[in-house]
Amino acid sequence: MKFISEYRGSEATEAVAKAIRREVRRSYSFMEVCGGHTAAIHRFGIPSLLPPEINLLSGPGCPVCVTPVSYINRAVTLSLESESIITTFGDLIRVPGTNTSLEQTKAAGADIRIVISALDAVALAAANPGKKVVFLGIGFETTAPGTAAAIIRASEKGIKNFFVLSGHKIMPPAMEAIIHDGTAIDGFICPGHVAAITGSSVFDFIPGRYGLGCVVSGFEPVDIMLSILMLVKQVNNSAPACEIQYSRVVTREGNLKAREIMERVFLTEDSEWRGIGKINTSGLGIRDAWKDHDALSLLRGLQPGEEGEENRFCLCSEILRGRRRPSDCRLFAKTCTPENPEGACMVSSEGACNAYYRFKRDAV
Amino acid sequence: MGHGSGGKLTSELVRDIFAKRFGMKGPLTDSSIISAEAKEIAFTTDSYVVDPVFFPGGDIGKLSVCGTVNDLAVAGAIPLSLAASFIIEEGFEISSLETIAGSMAAACLEAGVSVVTGDTKVVEKGKADGVFITTSGTGLVRQAYREAGTGKMVRPGDILIVSGSLGNHSIAVMAARKQLSFATDIVSDCAPLNNMTGKLLDAGTDIRFMRDITRGGLATVLNELAQMTGYDIHVEETGIPVDEPVKGICEMLGLDPLYLANEGKILFVAGPGDAERVTKILRSDPFGRNASVVGRITETKGKTVEMKTVAGGSRILGQLSGLQLPRIC
Repeated sequence: MKFISEYRGSEATEAVAKAIRREVRRSYSFMEVCGGHTAAIHRFGIPSLLPPEINLLSGPGCPVCVTPVSYINRAVTLSLESESIITTFGDLIRVPGTNTSLEQTKAAGADIRIVISALDAVALAAANPGKKVVFLGIGFETTAPGTAAAIIRASEKGIKNFFVLSGHKIMPPAMEAIIHDGTAIDGFICPGHVAAITGSSVFDFIPGRYGLGCVVSGFEPVDIMLSILMLVKQVNNSAPACEIQYSRVVTREGNLKAREIMERVFLTEDSEWRGIGKINTSGLGIRDAWKDHDALSLLRGLQPGEEGEENRFCLCSEILRGRRRPSDCRLFAKTCTPENPEGACMVSSEGACNAYYRFKRDAV
Repeated sequence: MGHGSGGKLTSELVRDIFAKRFGMKGPLTDSSIISAEAKEIAFTTDSYVVDPVFFPGGDIGKLSVCGTVNDLAVAGAIPLSLAASFIIEEGFEISSLETIAGSMAAACLEAGVSVVTGDTKVVEKGKADGVFITTSGTGLVRQAYREAGTGKMVRPGDILIVSGSLGNHSIAVMAARKQLSFATDIVSDCAPLNNMTGKLLDAGTDIRFMRDITRGGLATVLNELAQMTGYDIHVEETGIPVDEPVKGICEMLGLDPLYLANEGKILFVAGPGDAERVTKILRSDPFGRNASVVGRITETKGKTVEMKTVAGGSRILGQLSGLQLPRIC
């Protein structure tokens, strides 16, 4: 596959691994913010290629993992309405809410369908005018423009029965929250797909204000290892900067059209992150101009449950902040497995616990 | 609905759609008599509920014959005869049923087996989804290979060989389901493999284990083998054959081809001295052209499957957890 195989081969990774071994002078902790990176790192066995001085921590960038219980409860409440069709990306249906998950309400008869694009949900609404089609909009700057475009499309076509329950979030405030939290890291492997939309410049404040390195990385093994090499060099030279490794996709400005669409439809608001808590101006709510398509309007008069108690032994909140590893959790691979997840990090294929469970020998 | 009543319409259905195509002669009795010359007979059964009933590269009829024939073949048996039972939803097109029976007959011909007995039931609309088929099959056990399905003959150093590219069936069915908006010309690999295994066994090759790589994919079969034998298994990702279009769709949807179902692929374990000959014989068969060595049985007893990835790293290849679902960002 063009643009994939050349970033995967073992000759190329071994060459970068050699360069990293040459550069290493101390131990380093880098956080891969994006769940896509977490999954790729473990899928390709990257830790086994790195010298022991390099310590990789998983961050808060798995959209399913950071979606709060209150959001799941709202989605469950909407799914129980007889005239509703819930459309969602796959993994979300398995996340436990306070009393139940969408998967369980689906099994009990709720109409819940998996889509791979918000526009598929708009088409479904057009085909089912008697139903209220709710799209569960979660994810970061990567998926938010697609949701915004779907709202605009529905509005332009007069499809009044299309609604979005926005749980969208943006990445930079969460990274700043982690720095404030005091997690010991030497730099960030920054999310490549987020930066493709936002541009790498949204991360400039991290080296500027906090003196920590940032490298926007692609998702293939060679990409990730090159990014680690770039971060090691930044640390060695005491020259933190925001660099782009993933230059075949990412620019400093990003995708202006996508940014403009997001800006038109969403406004930033405070947002709850599962395991982390409220982070100021880190969520995307739907602007008043589009409120006819905001699923919050459907929730009026309904009583979704509020935050429930998580299992008190669950370490998801520590893991999402890079303070602990999945294998530190006493539930991990015992009572908490991908089949029966206790915490959100075990649900999604991009969750740190799920990736550790599936791919790491020493952790299981 | 009348077709399920057991009366005239039922016998017409059985006679015109099924008996004719399966070459059943003489009166249709309640049991078929089959002759058993061998001391041991392999006996298997499986139900088929694929959705949609028709998909690129096959249909539920072809699948129901191939699946059961392959289960017999990997038990080291020569498939003999099949029984086929149909549960048909009221309103299901007769012409579709004819097509399905036709493809069953064609698959039987290819496999050299015959459907010797069967049953049909019709249920009310909404109580089934089109048509469900259950096939059972018998086969003559080849004594030299009677443990081929158990893992008991597997030893450290044995070589793992996959008979061809993985994932095509799953992707073809997923695309035909039209739930996910992608189009592809990938077709299912659904095929009867008993002729291919027959060649290997006729040649007296040192085959120590066989398993068809169906639900759960290669990763699941490898984990089962590790459990059965107790040994750790080492596989090389670069050796595992996956067609480019399948790879592309898996990348796009976040699927792993090693966990996708196949309907025309087998994992073989061969003695180290005979692995080359096994691969060569497989490659001479139309269903084994892409046969490839994927790994080996190690000396250590940890029941773990470890994979050297394309990137040169190593990781465990675990059991499938839950369903494979599309990724979201």
